Amino acid sequence: MKVLMFGWEFPPHISGGLGTACFGITNALATKNVKITFVIPKLTSNSANSCCNLVSAENIIPMNEKIIKSQIKHISKYIEVPSTLTPYLNDVTYKERVEQETKESVFSFSGNYGGNLMEEVVRYSAVGKKLGAKKDFDIIHAHDWMTFLAGIEAKKVSGKKLIVHVHSTEYDRSGNNPQQDIYNIEKLGMDSADIVITVSERMKQLIKIKYEISDDKIHVVYNAVTKDDLSAIEPLWQFKKGHDEKFVTFLGRITMQKGPEYFIDACKIVADKLPNVRFIMAGSGDMAKKMILKMASLDLTSRFHFTGFLKPLEREHLFNLSDLYIMPSVSEPFGITPLEAIKHNVPVIVSHQSGIAEILEHAKKVDFWNVKELSSAMIEILTNDKVSKQMVENNRKCLDQIDWKNVADHIISIYQK
Amino acid sequence: MKTSVCFYFQVHQPYRIKPDYSFFDMGMNRSFVDEKTNCEIINKVANQCYIPTNNILLDLIKKYPSQIKICFSLSGVVIEQLQAHAPAALESFQKLAHTGCIEFLSETYYHSLSSIFSKEEFLNQVEEHKKIIQSVFGQTPTIFRNTELIYSNHIAKHVLELGLKGIIIDGIDRVVKWRSPNFLYSPVAYPELMLILKNYRLSDDLAFRYPVVLKNNNKLLFDKLQRLARNGSEVIGLFMDYETFGEHHWKDSGIIDYLKNLLELIVHSPDLCLATPSDVTHLYKSHGSLCVPDVISWADTERDLSAWYGNPLQNSATELLYSLEKTVKASRNLTLIRNWKILTSSDHSYYTCLKNYSDGAVHNYFSPFNSPHEAFVAYSNAINYIKYNLTPN
Repeated sequence: MKVLMFGWEFPPHISGGLGTACFGITNALATKNVKITFVIPKLTSNSANSCCNLVSAENIIPMNEKIIKSQIKHISKYIEVPSTLTPYLNDVTYKERVEQETKESVFSFSGNYGGNLMEEVVRYSAVGKKLGAKKDFDIIHAHDWMTFLAGIEAKKVSGKKLIVHVHSTEYDRSGNNPQQDIYNIEKLGMDSADIVITVSERMKQLIKIKYEISDDKIHVVYNAVTKDDLSAIEPLWQFKKGHDEKFVTFLGRITMQKGPEYFIDACKIVADKLPNVRFIMAGSGDMAKKMILKMASLDLTSRFHFTGFLKPLEREHLFNLSDLYIMPSVSEPFGITPLEAIKHNVPVIVSHQSGIAEILEHAKKVDFWNVKELSSAMIEILTNDKVSKQMVENNRKCLDQIDWKNVADHIISIYQK
Repeated sequence: MKTSVCFYFQVHQPYRIKPDYSFFDMGMNRSFVDEKTNCEIINKVANQCYIPTNNILLDLIKKYPSQIKICFSLSGVVIEQLQAHAPAALESFQKLAHTGCIEFLSETYYHSLSSIFSKEEFLNQVEEHKKIIQSVFGQTPTIFRNTELIYSNHIAKHVLELGLKGIIIDGIDRVVKWRSPNFLYSPVAYPELMLILKNYRLSDDLAFRYPVVLKNNNKLLFDKLQRLARNGSEVIGLFMDYETFGEHHWKDSGIIDYLKNLLELIVHSPDLCLATPSDVTHLYKSHGSLCVPDVISWADTERDLSAWYGNPLQNSATELLYSLEKTVKASRNLTLIRNWKILTSSDHSYYTCLKNYSDGAVHNYFSPFNSPHEAFVAYSNAINYIKYNLTPN
């Protein structure tokens, strides 16, 4: 089976969970003999590509100096307009733009999520058209809205089945204030697709309501986590923990979606009751400054630490130091970090508002807003070793069932529908 | 009698904290002092300001012996850094000291806020500072200036206990009220102490507004001084950071020459003369008492503590720092005590100020951090480093 897959992130070019998930999926599908052409906006020299044919959108169309110049002029016209103010696309305007773009031209992509995102998304769709015309594949599989237009284009020219894989929706990212143009592309993608894959039951329900997609078209495929051997990792830090001291960790982008303020509120309650606990908030994001101020206002300064953004290896080591991991997400389509914590034998508390809560039977689950319940759960796990050990054990059993191979089998069965 | 123009220049550079000093650095017992940046900055400032301006003063003193009178206040930590990284600059300060025309003020060794948060530490740091001034410059200071001219009635009491004779303060409107800043006063209840006031209008003309107000008008500041003299003023205090000359305003701006020219004009003037703070306390009498119940300073528009204390970041870091004082001292661990003292420098909380507009811009100009929040994270990690090392493992 041959799959034309469109993605926006691929290791090492990642900023969040999307790249990690795409890597896990393609790797596992490759072991099941699925031949994947994976298109990303920009290929860096050290992109890992052992499992699939990794293609950079930049290389699809040949270079031509004249065209570059005309293209730059054309682009600069768009650059003046920030993406949020881009006139929203309907099927007609979008088609016009795509046609403009598909004329033999050279593209340059950043593959980031900056101000020109919308423009890049539209140009990326032209690549979909070009590749779709080759028709040397059986299925089109597009990950998240940035690639949906490319998927639609490929489907139009090839007539092949389109699967859109939703790792997060605009409602997850922006709460109840979605950007209309992004919502439109998401809806267009889901409407045009033959099958919609979501990463949780929660998200399936959301898509049914907010995007009006019929139940039978949506399939839930949970993500998994790569189980590499952790014992081989040399400790990065000789961290001198205090006697009987425990670390509670929050790790993720510091944004509204991740619920950092509920974490801090709960930490305040725990800090007042347990003297020997430190709290760590790892990550960066638009709410970081506000959270620093909040923490200081609650006078947690002697025990609460902000680490900023951590590199992958640093993350591993922070998990190693942690005694409890909290993911109080307000809206989390899946949420892979608790699985990473479990890999390191760290007990986890997750919010009911996360996809992962559906498969972690034994993790402690609370509503993100219920700071009281969250803090009580934290105190119980931190003070009762028996509870904590039991939780780790149960979670590990659960983790054994979670494997990218099972994810691949599930996706193949959907391909064959 | 001629009117005295009293110049006092502040010389201070803190031990800056590494901008990326993290929780993990703390847990691994790594030092938080940013040696590299501190060394670079002290060298830069020494070459752009201290050495060239000192040379101008040395030349003037040679030319007009006993007529040039200037006063400096050097924090203990800047002296240490000059000793370690810029000995030539320290030598030129010592040469100035030997001329007998220069007075050195008393202050807290670490340029700290201890006058507000710990009397014990305050007395301690002033004594420590006295010792370094004695050993490096061979003088015993008699006039006190607090960190950034922080002052209140309460602080006057501490200063009296230390046996000092006078205090330099900012002559801000809400304290001076109907009076003129160009006379000596005394703290309420302590008539034996003298208060020497900063004439903030003229001082700031030179320190902040030089490029706009003075640069193209060679005699403007001198004319203003002369007018004040003819109106009967006794002491005009021109107090500012020494880095004004060559650092805050670059040499190209002509500010160092402006200072030279101004000093020469004063020397030749029939109405004005130069005097040091201790000179003026002998020359003039107090014109009454000033009551300052609330803390004042020379910083920002507010001229109070809000440059260092007031927002949640500053409050929680400062309170944490001083809450450790007793345990740190009881530990008798000299390295730890030294590190704790380094963190008392007011600069660290100055960088975590959240003010906007022009005051915010000034805070930003001095800060080695990208934002006050980053400054806070590094500062609080450094304070926690102390706390961490106090806890028995």
